[in-house]
Amino acid sequence: MSEPSAQSQPLVEFREVSKRFGAGPLVLDQITLATRPGDFVSLIGPSGCGKSTLLRLIAGLTSVSSGTLTVDGLTPEAAAAELAFVFQEPTLLPWLTVAANIELPLSLRGILPAERVATRQRVLELVRLNPKASAYPRQLSGGQKMRVSIARALALSPKILLLDEPFGALDEMTREHLNEELLAIRERHAWTAFFVTHSVAEAVFLSNRVLVMSANPGHIHTEITIPFAYPRTEQTRLSRDYHDLVAKVSRILRSVETDTV
Amino acid sequence: MSRRVLNILLPALTGALVLAVWHAIHLALSEDLRFLLPTPGAILEAFRTNGDVLARAALNTTKGALLGFTSAVIISFFLALTLSLSSLVRVSLYPYLMILQMTPVIIFAPILVIWAGAGLPSVSIITFLICFFPLVVNTTQGLVSTDRNLVELFAMWRTSRVQQLLHLRVPAALPYFFTGLRIAATLAPIGALVGDYTAGSSAGDGGGLGFQAIIYSSQAKYPALFATAATTCILGFIFTSAVLALSWLALHHWHESYENTDK
Ligand SMILES: Nc1ncnc2c1ncn2[C@@H]1O[C@H](COP(=O)(O)OP(=O)(O)OP(=O)(O)O)[C@@H](O)[C@H]1O
Ligand SMILES: [Mg+2]
Repeated sequence: MSEPSAQSQPLVEFREVSKRFGAGPLVLDQITLATRPGDFVSLIGPSGCGKSTLLRLIAGLTSVSSGTLTVDGLTPEAAAAELAFVFQEPTLLPWLTVAANIELPLSLRGILPAERVATRQRVLELVRLNPKASAYPRQLSGGQKMRVSIARALALSPKILLLDEPFGALDEMTREHLNEELLAIRERHAWTAFFVTHSVAEAVFLSNRVLVMSANPGHIHTEITIPFAYPRTEQTRLSRDYHDLVAKVSRILRSVETDTV
Repeated sequence: MSRRVLNILLPALTGALVLAVWHAIHLALSEDLRFLLPTPGAILEAFRTNGDVLARAALNTTKGALLGFTSAVIISFFLALTLSLSSLVRVSLYPYLMILQMTPVIIFAPILVIWAGAGLPSVSIITFLICFFPLVVNTTQGLVSTDRNLVELFAMWRTSRVQQLLHLRVPAALPYFFTGLRIAATLAPIGALVGDYTAGSSAGDGGGLGFQAIIYSSQAKYPALFATAATTCILGFIFTSAVLALSWLALHHWHESYENTDK
C-alpha cells in the first residue's frame, strides 16, 4: 500500500496553472504536475515562491487564475471531503480538550458520537497521545500540539494530506522524531501528501518526490526522485545515498536562491 | 507564618488600623462637628436600628441593577453580533454608540420618570444605559478578533456561517465578553444607586438605596447614611464577585489570564 502506484489516475493534477492575486504580480507560473495515489511530494524553495499558495489552491482556499486543477477528478471545492490541511501552527481551539478538538470536525460533518469517539481514540493512538485526551492545548508541548493537529487531520480519513511546514517551529530532535512517526502512520493509511518544508533533510527523508521551486514568479525548477523504499527508518538517515541526495538537493536549492536574489 | 495566614491577617490588621484612626479623628474633632463623621460603632448601631429599611432598599436596588445589567448583557450581545457582520455596519453605528456613551443619562432622569415611571422602570433603564457600552464594545472586539488561522481551518472544513459563529467566533470572543462583563458588573450597582437617587420613588416598593440616602440626609441621620453607603459597597462586592466567579468558570481551563492559578 505504501509504494506509490504507477499506473492509476492522477489524484491531483495541475495543468498549466497560473495564479495571481487580484492585479498583483504573477505568483505561480504555468505549474504542471500530476501525482499518483500514495505519492509523498515535498515542496521546497525560497520564501515567497508560492509553496503555501500551491497548497491553498489544492485545498480550494483560493482559486486558479488560469489553467486547470483537478483533485480526484473534481474541482478543489467539490473535493473538500478528501482533503485535510495541517497548518504551520497547530491551530487547536484552546477552549476545547484534545479529544473535543479532534471530534469537532467530525461532528460538524454530522458523524454520530459513537463513531466519533472510536475515530478519535484510533488517531490519538497513532500519535501516541491517548493519555492526553482530556488535556487542554495549553497543557501540551509544541510537539504534542502538532501531533494532535495531525491526528485531527487524519481523523477525517483524507485521501490527500496537505502539510504546510508542520514541523517548522520545532527543534531538530522533535522534528526527526515526528518525521519517523509520520512515515509510520503512512504505512497504515495510504494518503497522498503535499509537504512544504524549508529543511532539505526532512524533504529527502519523507518524500518519494522533491520539487524545488524558484521564485518571481513561482515555478517548479527541478524534480528529484527519492528512490528509497518505504518504510524508511533511522537507518535511512545514516546511509551514504541519503547524504548524497541531501547534498544534491541543497546544491540545487542554493543555485535557485542565488538566481532569484 | 504561612502565606495563607498572612493573607488573612494582614488585611484584617489594615482594617483595624483604619477603624482606629477613623475613631481617633472623630475624637479629635470639636464636639459640635463630630456628627459629620460618625464612629464605626455608631454606624454599626445604625445598621441594627435601620436593618429592615436598608434590607428592603438593598433588595430594590438589586432588582434594578440586575434587570438593567441582564438586559444590557442580552441586548448588547445581539448588537455585537450585528456589528461583527461587517466593518460597514461598524462605521455606520460606532459614532452613535460613542455619543450614547458620552451622554450623561442622569440629566434625562426627570424625563425618564415621565416616560417609564419612577422607581424600578427608570432605575433599570439608567443601569442598562450605563452597562451597555462596555459590553457592546468588548464583545464586538472579541467577535472580530478571531485568530485568522482558525478562520482558515473552518474554511477548510467548509462550515456554514452559523457553525463558524457557534463553534469559533463566539467561544473565541468569551474572554473579551467577560472583560466587558466585569466592567459592567462594577457599574451596575452604582448605576442603580444613582438612578434611584435621581428617579427613585417611595411609591409601591418603598424605593432603593439611593432614595433612602436622600431621606437619611434630609433627616440628618448621618450614621444611617454611612450605613447606606456601606450597604452599596457590599452589594457591589457581591455583584463583582459573582461575575468574577462566572468568568473563572468559563475561562480558567483554557485562557492565559488564568495561567498561574492552577500550577
Ligand atoms: N492572499 C494574498 N494576497 C496577495 N498576495 C498574496 C496572498 N497570499 C500570498 N501572496 C503573495 O504570493 C507570494 C507567494 O506567497 P506564499 O505564501 O505562497 O509563499 P511561500 O512559498 O509559502 O513562502 P514562505 O516560505 O515564506 O512561507 C508572495 O509574494 C505573497 O506576497
Ligand atoms: Mg508559506
